[in-house]
Order: sequence, then C-alpha cells, then structure tokens
Amino acid sequence: MSANLSAIFYLISGILFILALRGLSSPETSRKGNFFGILGMIIAITVTFLSVENFSSGFTYVLIFLLVGGLIGAFIAYKIPMTAMPELVAGFHSLVGLAAVFVAISAFLNPAAFNLGAPGDIKLSSLIEMSIGGAIGAITFSGSIIAFLKLRGIMSGSPITFKGQHLINLLLGLSIIVLIFYLCTTQLESFFWRLIAISFLLGLLLIIPIGGADMPVVISMLNSYSGWAAAGIGFTLENSALIITGALVGSSGAILSYIMCKGMNRSFFNVILGGFGATEETSKSQSKENKPVKSGNAEDAAFLMKNASSVIIVPGYGMAVAQAQHALREMVDTLKKNNIKVSYAIHPVAGRMPGHMNVLLAEANVPYDEVFELEEINNDFANTDVAFVIGANDVTNPAAKTDQQSPIYGMPVLDVEKCKSVLFVKRSLSPGYAGVDNELFYRSNTLMLFADAKKMTEQIIKNL
Amino acid sequence: MEIDPFIFRLSIFILSIFIGYYVVWSVTPSLHTPLMSVTNAISSVIIVGAIIAGLSGGPQDIFNGSSIFGFLAISLAAINIFGGFLVTQRMLQMYKKKKKNK
Repeated sequence: MSANLSAIFYLISGILFILALRGLSSPETSRKGNFFGILGMIIAITVTFLSVENFSSGFTYVLIFLLVGGLIGAFIAYKIPMTAMPELVAGFHSLVGLAAVFVAISAFLNPAAFNLGAPGDIKLSSLIEMSIGGAIGAITFSGSIIAFLKLRGIMSGSPITFKGQHLINLLLGLSIIVLIFYLCTTQLESFFWRLIAISFLLGLLLIIPIGGADMPVVISMLNSYSGWAAAGIGFTLENSALIITGALVGSSGAILSYIMCKGMNRSFFNVILGGFGATEETSKSQSKENKPVKSGNAEDAAFLMKNASSVIIVPGYGMAVAQAQHALREMVDTLKKNNIKVSYAIHPVAGRMPGHMNVLLAEANVPYDEVFELEEINNDFANTDVAFVIGANDVTNPAAKTDQQSPIYGMPVLDVEKCKSVLFVKRSLSPGYAGVDNELFYRSNTLMLFADAKKMTEQIIKNL
Repeated sequence: MEIDPFIFRLSIFILSIFIGYYVVWSVTPSLHTPLMSVTNAISSVIIVGAIIAGLSGGPQDIFNGSSIFGFLAISLAAINIFGGFLVTQRMLQMYKKKKKNK
C-alpha cells in the first residue's frame, strides 16, 4: 500500500475516533460512538499490516502477541466489577504509558526501521519527539501505577509528604530537559536510558503526595498525559491517526482535570502539589465540642421517608466502598411504589473518578434520567422533604458556603440542609477527607444513621 | 521555499486539540467514566508504532533488541484496546432510560 493511501486511511481512523467521543454526548448515541471507535482501530491496524512490505515470519509473532494481549484485555473487561473501575482505568493508563516508552526505545535502537536515520545519527526533530514521547510515557506509567496501588488500597490513600519534595520534583523536571538537550547534541545511548529512568522516578514522586479523594484529578491528569505521550510518538512516526488521537485524549483529560478541580474549588497546582487534608486534623480536634447529635435507626428513617412526598439521594464514595448501590435501588423502588418522587444528586467529585457514581447507579439499573448533576438539582432541595446522604460528606458541608476559615470554603456543595429533613448514613462522626467537621451533623433537621451504608439501606427496606 | 512536513503535522495536532476541546465539553457528565475508558482504548492506537517496531527485525533476525520492545508494546496496547473498548461497551449497556409504563 502506498504511503499516501495509508495516510488517508489513518486520517479516516482519526475521524472515527473523533466520532467515538462525539457519541458520548448522550447515552443513546454512545454505543454507536463506541462502535466507531472500534472501527477506527481496526482500520488503523489493518492499514499498518498492509503497509509493511516485508511479510517476514515476524508477522506471525505480531499476531501472537496481539492475541495474547487481546485475550488478557477481554478477560479483564468481562471480569472486572464496576466498583473497581477507577483502578482499572489507572491500570490501563499505565499500559499506554509503558507502550509509548517501549515504542520510543525501539525507535531509538533501530531508527532505520522507522525511516528516522541511522543509530547515532537520528534526525534531530525525531529525536526530540521520541524523547518527549518516551519521557511523558514513563511519567504516565509510574504515576498510574501509584494511582492504581492507592485506589486498590494496596498503598495507603493518605498523602505521603516529606521535606523538600517539591524541590526534588523540580530538579528532576529540569534534569529531564537537560538530558533531552544532551541527548540531541551527542546522540549517546546512555543519556536516553537516563532520561527514561528519571522520568519513571518523577512519575512516582509526583503522585505519592496526592491523597485518595484527589484521585479524580489525578486520573484525569494521567489520562491527559497518556494522550500527550501518544501524540509525541505520533510525531516520531509521522502518523496522523496517532497525532489526532493523542491530541483528542490529551485535551479530554485536561478538560476533565479542570472540571474536577472546579468541583473542589481548588487550583490544579494546589491538587498536584498535594498533601491536602494531611495537616488539618490537629486544629480541628480541639474545636470539637460535645455538640448535640440526633441519631436514629432504620425504623426512624423508614418512617420519615414513607411520609415524604419527595426524596433526593446523595451518593458518595462510601456507597462505592460498601457496594450499596443495588440495595439503594431496591429501597428507591419501594419508595416509588408508594408514589414518592425520587431523584439522585451527583456532585462532580463524588467518588474516585469522574462519573464514578453514575456508572455505579447505572449498574444497579437506575435510569439515567433520574440522575442529576449539581447545577441541575441544587435548587430542588428547598422543595424536597428528605435528603438521603449515603457515603458522601464534604460535598454536603454548608460550611463551604459560610465559613471563610474552612479549607473547603468556596467549593460548590449540594444544598442538602435546605431539605425538611436530612438522613445521613455514615459509620461515625469522623470528618471527611478534607479533615473538616461537617456542620450538617449538628443541625436540628439532621438524623444521623450510624451504620455501614449497605446494611442500613437493607434494614430500611425491611422497615418500609 | 518549501514548508517542512513537520508544520503540517503540527497543524493537524493543534486543530485536533481544538476539536477535542469542543467535543469533550459536549460529553454529558454522567458519561465521564466511559469517556476515560474509551480515550484509553483509542490512545492505544500507538499499537501501529508497536507493529512497525516488532517487524523491524526482518526475516533473519526476528527477535533483536529493538523488536522485542515492539512485541511487548503490541501486547500492552492490545490489552488496552480490547479491554478498553469492551469495558466501555459493558458500561454503556447499563445506561438505560426510564421505562415509560411501569
């Protein structure tokens, strides 16, 4: 196949990828979008096969490795529970990053195969592109591994900070630039390996100080990085499908990070520099007086809800941990049978990744037109009888609107306190991730239900 | 004077960032998780580079320093392609509308 013809096909697959993302603008078109994405991928791979002239026996091995990877991927995709989606996405990011690193290494070792010159005499522009692609790929890989370990609970979700952290990261970042410069002037292999190694290290150190609840930002950011890495490799290979895709994924991740930061009213740098929530506890424990808290049991909760005409459910990470989404749906079904209007309110940063709560509710067969975003539903709380907060905390704290001293001041929150009564399912009175005591616990219209989210929901169903 | 082909690629890149910007803003927030998994899958189009790398050895020398990295990258990208698209499909199947008459 001529180079021009294959370039046109790569362009087509790039366009199909754009349509794949476009499809996600509504759940109805999304499945068609995913099909476009698959089609684009098939075209890209087929064209690559056809454009390789020497069909050597190596081709068999390509198919074998492709199949092995494909089988593993398909197996994971079918087996993975929906609650494990955040760590799965983090894991997938790490693979894209590592693949980018491997392709960069391969191109560096054998540039002739890619039409980039000879070893030791690689075209300057290609060398810059592949080192940038490789470096970003390496950062994506090791950063995603840390994110994966934290989300999976293998590593503590609390931020790990040490002195001079930012200075070290800054120096590592600078040394990457210096190494790229030396690599380009000398073409020495040793600089290339050092560049990759330092990028791996920087990825680790960047994510280690970031705490669990900031993971939505981290995942989106790594998503963005994996895109830029792909684009870097795309420039090296002069492949438009890769350049287009890299740009799409890069900007997609960047937008998601922005949305997540806005949902927490924090700047991107504030999140990336990390350590949030690590130092707050000391000052708060002193101010914790014995304020009166009303606590109740499942019977009280069932009574309140049965006599309500409208209920809004506010799910959070605790629902995911307790796997309470199915029980919750059952409870809502019972409420609906009693002609009670039920809707769901989702805060942008609820859970551990963008859209985390929506997927869990969809898994539990909650129709998506009952699920609303913060802006869509926030005015409805005032006309609602009961707010049922399950596993959420900081995103409901009214202090974010009133208390200028609070670290979460200015963060958009769900106005649950405007409801006639608030049911708060939580295991204890402990503060949420931000280390801030939630005023809502002590309001006269709040009833605390101290229990595991799933067990409590099941008990409420029995009492309804 | 001729324009360097790099400039053309850079134009594609920058225009694609703009396309990405507008397309992604139109994605409904409830589909943000599928958005991440599908972007994951499509960014694995890096497999085209991996295939070229894997075949770089030629018939006499199938496994050399450079092609081994290519083969490994093929497997990694394939995990992502299959895993990413299938898990997206699985998620999207779950998004259902309210049944009209219940």
